[in-house]
Amino acid sequence: MSMIETRADRMVLSLGPHHPSMHGVLRLIVTLNGENVEDCEPVLGYLHRSMEKIAENRTIVQYLPYVTRWDYLATMFTEAVTVMAPEQMADVKIPRRASFIRVIMMELSRIASHLLWLGPFMIDIGANTPFFYCFRERELVYDLFEAATGMRMMHNYFRIGGVAADLPYGWVNKCRDFCTYLPDRLEEYDRLITKNPIFRNRVEGVGVIEQEDAINWGLSGPMLRASGVPYDLRRAEPYEIYSELDFEIAWTTEGDCLARYFVRMKELRESIKMIEQCLDMLPGGPYENLEAQRIAGGPKSEWNGPDYQFIGKKSSPNFKIPAGEHYIKVEAPKGELGIYMVSDGSMSPWRWKIRPPGFINLQVLPEIVKDMKLADLMAILGSVDIIMGEVDR
Amino acid sequence: MNEPIDLGNSFAEAVAGFGIPADLARVLWMPIPMLVVILSASVAVLLSVWAERKWSAYMQQRLGPTVAGLNGFMQGVADGAKLLVKEDVIPRKGDPWLFTFGPVIIIIPIFFAYLVIPFGQGLVISDLAIGIFFFVAISSVAPIGALMAGYASNNKYALLGGLRAAAQGISYELPLALSILSIVMMSNSLSTVDIVNMQSTHGILSWNILKPGVGQIGFVIFLISALAETERAPFDLPEAESELVQGHHTEYSGMKFALFYLAEYANLVLGSLVASILFLGGWSFIVPMGTVANLLGIDPLDPAFQVFSALLGIVMTIAKATLFVFLAILARWTLPRVRIDQLLDLGWKFLLPLALFNLLLTAALKLAFPAFFGG
Amino acid sequence: MVLQGYDYLLGFLLISCLVPVLALTASYFVRPKGGGAFRETTYESGVEPRGPKGGAWIQFNIRYYMFALVFVIFDVETVFLYPWAVAFSKLGLFAFIEALIFIAILVVGLVYAWRKGALEWT
Repeated sequence: MSMIETRADRMVLSLGPHHPSMHGVLRLIVTLNGENVEDCEPVLGYLHRSMEKIAENRTIVQYLPYVTRWDYLATMFTEAVTVMAPEQMADVKIPRRASFIRVIMMELSRIASHLLWLGPFMIDIGANTPFFYCFRERELVYDLFEAATGMRMMHNYFRIGGVAADLPYGWVNKCRDFCTYLPDRLEEYDRLITKNPIFRNRVEGVGVIEQEDAINWGLSGPMLRASGVPYDLRRAEPYEIYSELDFEIAWTTEGDCLARYFVRMKELRESIKMIEQCLDMLPGGPYENLEAQRIAGGPKSEWNGPDYQFIGKKSSPNFKIPAGEHYIKVEAPKGELGIYMVSDGSMSPWRWKIRPPGFINLQVLPEIVKDMKLADLMAILGSVDIIMGEVDR
Repeated sequence: MNEPIDLGNSFAEAVAGFGIPADLARVLWMPIPMLVVILSASVAVLLSVWAERKWSAYMQQRLGPTVAGLNGFMQGVADGAKLLVKEDVIPRKGDPWLFTFGPVIIIIPIFFAYLVIPFGQGLVISDLAIGIFFFVAISSVAPIGALMAGYASNNKYALLGGLRAAAQGISYELPLALSILSIVMMSNSLSTVDIVNMQSTHGILSWNILKPGVGQIGFVIFLISALAETERAPFDLPEAESELVQGHHTEYSGMKFALFYLAEYANLVLGSLVASILFLGGWSFIVPMGTVANLLGIDPLDPAFQVFSALLGIVMTIAKATLFVFLAILARWTLPRVRIDQLLDLGWKFLLPLALFNLLLTAALKLAFPAFFGG
Repeated sequence: MVLQGYDYLLGFLLISCLVPVLALTASYFVRPKGGGAFRETTYESGVEPRGPKGGAWIQFNIRYYMFALVFVIFDVETVFLYPWAVAFSKLGLFAFIEALIFIAILVVGLVYAWRKGALEWT
């Protein structure tokens, strides 16, 4: 029907950079007509630290401590992509055991990242309690990281040719405990969140991205898979030992916030499956002192082989990256994390271009929030899962 | 019913011993129950602040406040003291007078509404003949204060919050009033004391919540609308912190913010008390006090038993109100926030028709079975 | 004796008004009076507010004008129903049918407003 139309000004509201639900320092300039969002313009750059430029005058080993500051919630992926780029350029083979350790760490990191997506997402919708439950589980992941790497968030654990240290004694069992613990907690989330009618009403059909749009906008990760594109780099272009693992790609076709929620919840379960397989297949097993075995067995020992070491050959501090260019990508929790590296044969890369998944995924936001309510804007932004550290770099 | 204890008359008799005439004694007596109620309401606010923080902490596997007092018991006092000595900032672009009157207009009606709340038999400041209607009328003033505060801040978040508060206030007042109306019909009176008396004849069996059909429907309508009227999660849209930062009190600090805070929890306690009066029989025990006296073999008019039953009445009121406070806290920390259009849909398209239906159902049942529905 | 107890009402109104007055006065004497230009700026997530006059006082589209109209109608209805409900046990079947007609008319109004989209927050 024709409502009585009166002249009404549009409200130009600035959400962020200092706003409770802007996931850091994102700024959205929102044009409101009543409660409806008419336009939304993201403003970036409040957390820009010139991460790409820093890479250009450091060796890879020097640069490794910085990379965890891109996406500080999925730290292992940034390290993985940073060491994989020069490894593939220089054709460095890494030991099988190291490869397994890397995959375990990455999947644990994925769990931590998705958990810390779920908590703030629920806060954006207005439920505060799941946040604390997510932190409770995430704390255990970080305990595992701390035991293996010595650090909880900024690990600096990956090295060219492997990882910095072998898994400590008992770590594998501790990790198995976690793998049996988490599924029960995920059931708890289902009871608390998935079956909640208010939650369903808030996210169902909100922020729909069609399959074609998702591809055209270059989305990746859960954003893409929730829109009906079962594209996962772990399956499409396997790196490390992902081709040996048995897992399902989590994907749905609805493309709304609820679909993205389901995809991420499924990925949590798949990650646990993968970690359990890796722990079973880990060359050398959970045995803690492979060095002693190696010495006891002498030079001809099977423990001296390329499978059982945590690092193949320690790369020299002034490791020279062969001249050339290379693009390397991994499936980070937020999507495709890529590095385009150009090297002139010196110790540091000549150009280091980061393709952060959050940055690309954020671009679709103004499109999908048009004509939604202000409250929906928060739900959609929460479901996109951005980390300003990697968006701004 | 046996003769209730009348504290006012007892006071007049006591001071008559000092040679003070009865009229003067009545005037002297007047402020005493009022001050007691204001003080108990404030203490109840402090306790519910503490309860909210503690219970929510246990739901979230935290400890909550532990420092101020035993188990953080004095946390509310500490918060209040902090806000008392905080600087009062009035935004330069705002309207300073409306900015000050906003919280004042919110808090006055909420305390004012305690006028008709009976805390026990004979423990009511004034048993107005229009009792519960007075509550409905007074409780609709608060959204004006929220709107005023939101407008006066000259802040966009605050304006949106104030507008939401007003929309929410008018949408849920109707189901609230209509669900109260069916209780009024069963009680044949608007007086809160009469409503409770009507429910204390057969103990728990005569509580309004156990009235077949209409009691339960009315209870659900009242609970949802009261939760929305108190602006607590899942209906805390006026101060939805993920969108509007703090809604209409974004710009407030110091004592003015404390008034908002006080008003929110005083409103929660008030709503819980009203819910327990309307549906759970107020101060009445689960068996009638006369039956208790007979079981114990005591004369119901025995002064000691009278004192006991009066104390039990207060305990029952507090226990029932605490139950509702707990329910509200549980809902707040479990449920996500609804969206504004969903909120209005729920109010206008579900609760309002349901409340009208409930009212007519009450009338029909009352015609068909007068004995069960208040004659 | 219908109007008894209203002296208490007046007295309690005064005492309720005293609560915020006392609180604000007490705070006035103990709080610091620092102030400063930057403290008194409007909060908008750390940036200068944009828009006409740099503030929120614009001719804003409030969406619930129609809700407010429907509300007024139904609120008056509720007020009319209160005396009916109180006296219902004395009035009997005739009053029930009367109220039925009265509510039916208003429900028709509600359905009309509903169908016309007045209850949509768009």
